Amino acid sequence: MKAQVNGTSRDLDDGTSVAALVSLVGAPTSGVAVALDGAVVPRALWDKTIVPDGGVVEVLTAVQGG
Amino acid sequence: MDDPLIIAGREFRSRLITGTGGAANLSVLERALVASGTELTTVAMRRVDSVGQTGVLELLRRLGIEVLPNTAGCRTSAEAVLTAQLAREALETNWVKLEVVYDEQTLLPDPVELLDAAERLVQDGFVVLPYTNDDPVLALKLQDIGCATVMPLGSPIGTGLGIRNPHNIELITSRATVPVVLDAGIGTASDAALAMELGCSAVLLATAVTRAQDPERMGAAMRCAVEGGRLARLAGRIPQRFWAQASSPGL
Repeated sequence: MKAQVNGTSRDLDDGTSVAALVSLVGAPTSGVAVALDGAVVPRALWDKTIVPDGGVVEVLTAVQGG
Repeated sequence: MDDPLIIAGREFRSRLITGTGGAANLSVLERALVASGTELTTVAMRRVDSVGQTGVLELLRRLGIEVLPNTAGCRTSAEAVLTAQLAREALETNWVKLEVVYDEQTLLPDPVELLDAAERLVQDGFVVLPYTNDDPVLALKLQDIGCATVMPLGSPIGTGLGIRNPHNIELITSRATVPVVLDAGIGTASDAALAMELGCSAVLLATAVTRAQDPERMGAAMRCAVEGGRLARLAGRIPQRFWAQASSPGL
């Protein structure tokens, strides 16, 4: 199945969790947040939340700015 | 003299809030932040794979500086609200520097989207520090809906043009009951001192320090300027006169 991850279309295994996807994109272990289809997925739900086919995922972290 | 800055019940000894953007590298940034004496510093939120490991959070934590996430880059209320919620989740803080800009060329705040986003974030339990135009009416409205500060610009972000409308800033500080933070446009130390003399409670700046030829020294200059301007404001300046007035006794 396919999902839009940080603006890029990616092929993912069926049943890929948000937690698995976060490590797949090489995110640091802290200071990261995830939105799925425009809503925040709390860290406590990363394991349980499965990325749906066609899902839009944003994985963000803090950078220098402002 | 004990004169803390108090935002949403939290006390800061420094009245200088800094940004982290524009520094050549983390070691330059570290020296500049330490020299500035800041206790509260902004970071932006960006997609992970476009930036890799940045190290800025680790740096701020090591220096004991509070992190203030911003919503830089957001153009609509909806984008800004989601970015703030992501920042709260990622950084475990409900404080946010709210930025909703209209276009890239001016980076001026979009007042309609800004007010809407501020209202939603306050309702969602955020401590909202909005970057706003130097508009005394908008500033009052932001305060009235529950923002923790109002942060009017001196001039557009990154221009270093200083405070282009000091009277507007004074109108804002004269009626605000929350701290007024002069945010954006500071070019050099005298701009920061003027902001404080006009009654601002703090100054927020980044570029003026991070892109200075010697960021560490400019960080120290800004610390002194903010302290000097604050002291002058509290001391009460002399009225301006048209004719000279001798300060020595007559012969």
